[in-house]
Amino acid sequence: MVSGGLGRRGRVVFAASMMLLTVAMVFGCKENQTTTTTQGSSSPPAPGGGGAAGGPAIIIGEYGSLTGTQADFGVQTDQGIQLAASEINATGGIEREGKKMPVQIAVDDDKSLAQLAETSVKRLIDEKHVIAVLGEVASSASLAGGKVCQDKGIPMISPSSTNVDVTKGRDMVFRVCFLDSYQAAVVARFAIDGLKAKRVAVFTNKSQAYSTGFSSEFKKAFAKYGGQIVADQSYSQDDQDFRGALTAIKAANPDAILVPGYYNDAGSIVKQARDLGIKVPLLGGDGWSSSKLLTIAGPAANGCYFSDHMSIKDPKPLVQDFVANYKKKFNADPTSMSALGYDAARIMFDAIKRSKSLGGKDIRDAIAQTKDFSGVTGNITINANHDADKSAVIIAVKNGAFEYAATIPDPNKPMSAK
Amino acid sequence: MTEAVQNLLQQFINGIQTGAVYALIAIGYTMVYGVLKFINFAHGDVYMVGAYIGYFAIGGFLLHYNPALQDVAALIICMAGCAALGAFIERLAYRPLRNGLTKGDAWPWALFWALYAGLFGGPSLEAHSGLNSVGAFAVAAVIGFALLLPAFFVLFNYLGKRLQPTNSRLNALITAIGISLLIENQWQASFTATPQQYPDQGFKAVNLHAGVIQLNVNGGRIAMLVIAVLLTALLVYIVRYTRTGRAIRAVSLDPEAAALQGIPTDRIIAITFLIGASLAGAAGFLNHNLGQIYFKPDVGVQLGLKAFVAAVLGGIGSIEGAVLGALLMGLAESYVGGSSLSAFKNAIAFVILTAVLLFRPSGLMGRHVPEKV
Repeated sequence: MVSGGLGRRGRVVFAASMMLLTVAMVFGCKENQTTTTTQGSSSPPAPGGGGAAGGPAIIIGEYGSLTGTQADFGVQTDQGIQLAASEINATGGIEREGKKMPVQIAVDDDKSLAQLAETSVKRLIDEKHVIAVLGEVASSASLAGGKVCQDKGIPMISPSSTNVDVTKGRDMVFRVCFLDSYQAAVVARFAIDGLKAKRVAVFTNKSQAYSTGFSSEFKKAFAKYGGQIVADQSYSQDDQDFRGALTAIKAANPDAILVPGYYNDAGSIVKQARDLGIKVPLLGGDGWSSSKLLTIAGPAANGCYFSDHMSIKDPKPLVQDFVANYKKKFNADPTSMSALGYDAARIMFDAIKRSKSLGGKDIRDAIAQTKDFSGVTGNITINANHDADKSAVIIAVKNGAFEYAATIPDPNKPMSAK
Repeated sequence: MTEAVQNLLQQFINGIQTGAVYALIAIGYTMVYGVLKFINFAHGDVYMVGAYIGYFAIGGFLLHYNPALQDVAALIICMAGCAALGAFIERLAYRPLRNGLTKGDAWPWALFWALYAGLFGGPSLEAHSGLNSVGAFAVAAVIGFALLLPAFFVLFNYLGKRLQPTNSRLNALITAIGISLLIENQWQASFTATPQQYPDQGFKAVNLHAGVIQLNVNGGRIAMLVIAVLLTALLVYIVRYTRTGRAIRAVSLDPEAAALQGIPTDRIIAITFLIGASLAGAAGFLNHNLGQIYFKPDVGVQLGLKAFVAAVLGGIGSIEGAVLGALLMGLAESYVGGSSLSAFKNAIAFVILTAVLLFRPSGLMGRHVPEKV
């Protein structure tokens, strides 16, 4: 075999071929990263505004996990927002100073990666010139994106990030859902009263702010209500083999296992737990609220419980109208994530309508004044911390479907016997 | 007491299952290192492609067959597809680096860029003709290939005579990293980062009783373990007892001397890639289908890295070492994952590696070969 120095031409050719490969790679990535602007309405107004109703378009940004491990949350939220946008555009748009301004939603996919959320939001603000931002579901991503919004003075509403820190110290960031401090307490109360589980094991995803926050709030509440944590295990992003930790959890003999992760991990964990002969219920939070959980876990998920923002089987007319409209547009059942996306978008439209100007600070003030807004996920009042006080429901998995199990308005009070 | 023993045994079973998957991947690293003395970092991505090939096969043309036939056919398709991919990567990128560009390299290069011609030309062709997306892709790719082949032929013929080949392992290593990133990102662009999961194959959880001790394991994972052992045994047979295997060992020992004995080194290297990649493909299929674990385009990164560590731990270049290293890693992860240190599960691989390399620099079963200057 010939060895020896690399000729000058050789170097040039190989450098060039590596560059070609790199270029190919960059092009490959580009396809998914480009921002798409979608028109919620079926009849888009002429470019640059000037629809039948008059005013120029209002561009609102949305960053979300349209692909990746939380893609179902991203797509559900996106569809909720699209529904809200198409409904308001059907009436001509947001009414301001006597003119109707159609809404455009600029969507950017962060691929379920918190480190890409920052870039997504920057792209929306700097390239799409959005006046306000909607997103994300995952708390880690909302924390990253919220920082950009705060720095750039653009108001943001997260539809469903429940981690306590998402809105903390950020006057530009709001949310329309409850917090994990409340949600985790609800699950703790349900475990102790609803399931009579005194000994609970906790299995946390330590790479997700949502999961770690949920766990620590749960442990506090569960101890307060008289329960005992018998095992405390964790996993990290991209782990797929949970049997080591689950075997240890099984040995601790718990009455229930809390898995505050997102649906992909939770589904795999439930499945592997059943394979190892663990028969006790597994518990989760709103991170479980995806039909994908049922696809991944299959029949193993039966007998598990999780807390959620609402049940789409709620007979209230507001909820059922939303479910019917959503089904008509997307030919699928909505989830609580779609409902929160829908509510977040409508609160944003309402605030823009009431806002003194289209500047970030004025829109922020208008969002902060939201009071008793009648949303699909309940009445929404934005409190002084920029959060919403709402109640959670417990959903049971029965025969491969999500069923409403209980509502717990105040977890500090014992549940009344059913 | 019984509980502790039961726990220990259960973790042992878990660990062996994980280790079996690592072993199938680690063999590919170690074999390629054996013949070429460089780490093929694209190997983890071949594993990922294997998982996807099986998924597409089962969801596509195998959809209406019974599960057992589906699994067997898909396993063979995965192995064949990955073998082709592995050998193609070698032909496209590593061989020109090793032997210098020749006009014979025109066809793999034209084929590679023809894929991009199809990817980018396909959609516009689709818009301006009555073809569907697959047809448009194929037509654009064929046109691209027809145009590129003579162009590369002339170019490489011209350059080849004026280029000195290089035997630098560093170049090959960096190229491997480039190929790995290319596959991973292109895959993500084409098939999105959203995780996919094989349909449930209907394997049941099995209870193993032995006196008071009761162990649990999924039927699919038992099947996975059996197939992994069979494939490894087949590989050892090929390498030890066939002419091809002897040639692989000869090339691994000394490529120049092997060439002088009339062994076609290039073909043997291609066969090595073929075998290694087919095992990675099998691992991708077994772990994700029978093991029922979801997968996405970056799934090969972490698993590939761990398998690589396993290969180094066992002594890179040694097949037995790779299997031993992989089983040790699987067991270590399982026991650590079940202890109070579960948060360090992924770090333990590197801790063990560091510790072993301190005392045995060439790995557990590696031969110490003095560097030839």
